Amino acid sequence: MSEKRKELSVSAIENGTVIDHIPSEKLFLVVKILGLDHFDSPTTFGFNLDSKKLGKKGIIKVSNKFFKENEVRKIALAAPNATLITIENFEVVGKKSVQLPDAFEGIVKCVNPKCITNQQNVVQKFQIIDKDDLKLHCVYCEKFTKKENFEFL
Amino acid sequence: MKNRSLISINDHTKEELIGILDRAEKFEKKPKQHIMPQAVVATLFFEPSTRTRLSFESAANQLGARVIGFSDTSSTSVQKGESLKDTILTVCQYADIIIMRHPVEGSARFASEVATIPVVNAGDGANQHPTQCLLDLYSIRKTQGTLDNLNIALVGDLKYGRTVHSLTEAMCHFNTTFHLVSPEALKLPSAVKHHIKEKNLEYHQYTDLMECIEKVDILYMTRIQRERFTDPIGYEKVKNFYILKNSMLSNAKSNLRILHPLPRVNEIDEDVDSNPKAYYFQQALNGVYVRQAILSSILGVEPEN
Ligand SMILES: [Zn+2]
Repeated sequence: MSEKRKELSVSAIENGTVIDHIPSEKLFLVVKILGLDHFDSPTTFGFNLDSKKLGKKGIIKVSNKFFKENEVRKIALAAPNATLITIENFEVVGKKSVQLPDAFEGIVKCVNPKCITNQQNVVQKFQIIDKDDLKLHCVYCEKFTKKENFEFL
Repeated sequence: MKNRSLISINDHTKEELIGILDRAEKFEKKPKQHIMPQAVVATLFFEPSTRTRLSFESAANQLGARVIGFSDTSSTSVQKGESLKDTILTVCQYADIIIMRHPVEGSARFASEVATIPVVNAGDGANQHPTQCLLDLYSIRKTQGTLDNLNIALVGDLKYGRTVHSLTEAMCHFNTTFHLVSPEALKLPSAVKHHIKEKNLEYHQYTDLMECIEKVDILYMTRIQRERFTDPIGYEKVKNFYILKNSMLSNAKSNLRILHPLPRVNEIDEDVDSNPKAYYFQQALNGVYVRQAILSSILGVEPEN
């Protein structure tokens, strides 16, 4: 099978977005944080698919959906190596790796229970200190939240 | 620092920190300078801290400013469940600057975001206490004649001790060698150690104070606070680990000075108090000059020379 055929092996979509290269174990997390479990357009999930990059990967194909910046950030935080493929009329019209921002608001909880963001109605604000290791610096309490402690909102 | 908030020592450059110390020297030479008679300073203490509050209020009074505020929240609308945002916005109508102590970490940063006037963080939980840090820097510079290339031992609760965190971060500007002495359970957090590593500075970790006492210029002692422990057995286990006694100082360097943010419990034996190396009481006095420097700098008023 050619690369192109492999990509389509879950099911082809006419218009929408494919999220590729999700680590298999992160597939359901990505589904959940994007709210795709409550989404009303046809959506296909695949996991434990062979991948040169990841060994086993997951893939999500969502019809009639083009992700906004904040959603792309969510994907990047859960699956930093994911690729977003935009499909129009069954054709790939765009393909890009998700990018982690230098700073962002919301999305995950600060790990520190004594942080103002966990005590009052204050939106989280983070700087990403280490993009490889995904270490977040809370602008408020100045503590680090590491990827193994991510709790998505 | 005109019109800027003072929230975390990390927000300020080396030059800004030194600028405050230079300004504080002028107030030490002449503390009573009624240069801000129009100013209203609000001291909002959401948790009590008599020492810090009195130091700020004394600083404000020596500058001729008036002080409003509260020293605990028992008789305020905070008790009725008012959000921090609402309290801050209200006080902004009445004052020119807010001095704020709050038990929640990050509360001062948040207050500075919503406030229309500058906010000075007088301690936010276990996070930052930048004015204490500046008075520590002032005391170090005064006793050593410099801030550069010193060996500093930080002793005790390095995990929760916010004065230790701020001081470590500030001293990273000055090519310091750090000697970190703590129980295993109270080591310096990685977020703070990150600053030392980022600057490629030398640091050593010990559990026994005697291993470094002869090498250092500054011995910064801290209290191991009972309230930081969720488990009372954990506290009982470590509380007597780091008690400094006069006999331990016999081979210390002659320029060594002992600092402590106060109040102490028993971590410095009273037999050290009469040793000329003990500097912790003078250190507290320096706090007034440093706070005069901070208030006048933020409100844009120059001290007399
Ligand atoms: Zn936080």
